Amino acid sequence: MLRDVTLGQYFPGNTVVHRLDPRTKILLVVIYIIALFQAQGWISYGLVTLVTLVCMALSKIKPSSMFKGVKPMLFIIVLTALLNIFYTEGTPIRPGWIITWEGIARAVQMMLRIILLISGTFLLTYTTSPIALTDGLEMLLSPLKKLKVPVHEMTMMMSMALRFIPTLIAETDKIMSAQKARGADFETGSLIQRAKALLPILVPLFVSAFKRADELAVAMESRCYHGGEGRTRMKQLIMQRRDTIALVLGLLFLTAMIVLKRVGL
Amino acid sequence: MEPIIVFENVHFSYPGDEKESLHGIDLSIARGSFVAVLGQNGSGKSTLAKHMNAILVPDEGRVLVDGIDTADESRILDVRRRVGMVFQNPDNQIVANVVEDDVAFAPENLGVEPKEIRHRVDSSLRLVGMYEHRMHAPHLLSGGQKQRVAIAGVIAMTPEIIVLDEPTAMLDPQGRREVVDTAFALCRGRGMTVVLITHHMEECIDADRVLILSKGRLTADGRPEEIFADKALLEREGLEQPETARLLRELREAGMRLPGEALKIGDCADQIAQALQAEERSRSSWQKSSPKS
Repeated sequence: MLRDVTLGQYFPGNTVVHRLDPRTKILLVVIYIIALFQAQGWISYGLVTLVTLVCMALSKIKPSSMFKGVKPMLFIIVLTALLNIFYTEGTPIRPGWIITWEGIARAVQMMLRIILLISGTFLLTYTTSPIALTDGLEMLLSPLKKLKVPVHEMTMMMSMALRFIPTLIAETDKIMSAQKARGADFETGSLIQRAKALLPILVPLFVSAFKRADELAVAMESRCYHGGEGRTRMKQLIMQRRDTIALVLGLLFLTAMIVLKRVGL
Repeated sequence: MEPIIVFENVHFSYPGDEKESLHGIDLSIARGSFVAVLGQNGSGKSTLAKHMNAILVPDEGRVLVDGIDTADESRILDVRRRVGMVFQNPDNQIVANVVEDDVAFAPENLGVEPKEIRHRVDSSLRLVGMYEHRMHAPHLLSGGQKQRVAIAGVIAMTPEIIVLDEPTAMLDPQGRREVVDTAFALCRGRGMTVVLITHHMEECIDADRVLILSKGRLTADGRPEEIFADKALLEREGLEQPETARLLRELREAGMRLPGEALKIGDCADQIAQALQAEERSRSSWQKSSPKS
């Protein structure tokens, strides 16, 4: 069950999307999110969906792995859809029913919006190595260093957290199996009982996470880590022509979405 | 040979711990040698290792690495660049999500030019035989492979000394062999000084020198053949003889005449074969000389 968590996973590859500068991709995701929230009518939703699908195809990410990213959010998506169906005013699909045509349309659009939002951001983390991602973020945020914001430290912490997600997931799995082998029951009982049953998993997990952190700190020090000062990068970020093209296309897309909104499509 | 690491009467105790973890260590390690350190849990092996790259500094006495005093704060990076450390748990020393990014971590910290980092990363990965896996995610590798990536990560600093602190403790036999073979290749092929801390006697057989640490003191120091032949010493230290040495000893006790000691499996087999041939010869000559009556 835990293996399905895709947060922060990276699928190495060598497509155009993979090769884009991480800064470009971060900016594009920001543009994409703004554009997505401009969508109102079916045509604009269609355009966003099309753009998303094209990007997915370009990145050669399997739709099944995309779906895995959406799956944990399924509950929220369905809930939003149901609320929209029942709480939107308009013409009922049959006289006397609460469900309205407008409600159904809204529900479908909301579902689309959430799914597209997740897919768009996952496309970023799927195609960008966490190191490149945090490097890009660090460089985009570097003006804040002048204001004494610890940008390097923050991005370092982020990349460490991402690095350890799979390790900690594997560890949780192991602890759960060990507890199950000794008769622990995680599936039945009331919600409170089940929450209590999780305690014997969390305690060893935290203890080992702290131990790991300690060892990791020593290992990093041994490899001469001493903060961001004087650090260089193996993979230097250089904006290429494709980055400019991608950003121009992104801005065009955003403009199109704003125009569509104005027109009311 | 010129010493590269020198311990002079080193005493150390962890804060809040009354007992000293290191109890007056005097030690000098020759450049280019392969030194194995053995000892039971809590004997101070890891503490000793952490003194070699200034993760810990002595309470009393001093440690010199290539002539630099590890207590000198201003030269701490010079010390750490010279001494690469590999730790027990491969998961807890890999910092990046992609193998090559992890190997680049140390040179990046040292402010090496990007082109040079690329070159070092590629050559260190080739050296440990992990070049084909450079784009992989570390958590999908086997234990032995992860540990080799960790070794590549320290080689990229171009150290002169590599200290491996029980690098094989969490590995299966296959992974253990990979790591130990890599360590020997670095010493014999590249002239690096290697300090291997371990539980496994078999891994020390080819070392130039074996040290035994017990309760913070060095209790034995010698060539592996000498150390492993000394059953009394090993028993006192709670260590087991390597299988080869034990086999020879038991055969000798059972009355077989064996010419000498051997630790490597091949040498051991040779010894036994020689003894068997000698026995065969003496038996046949006895049979010939005995008259048929």
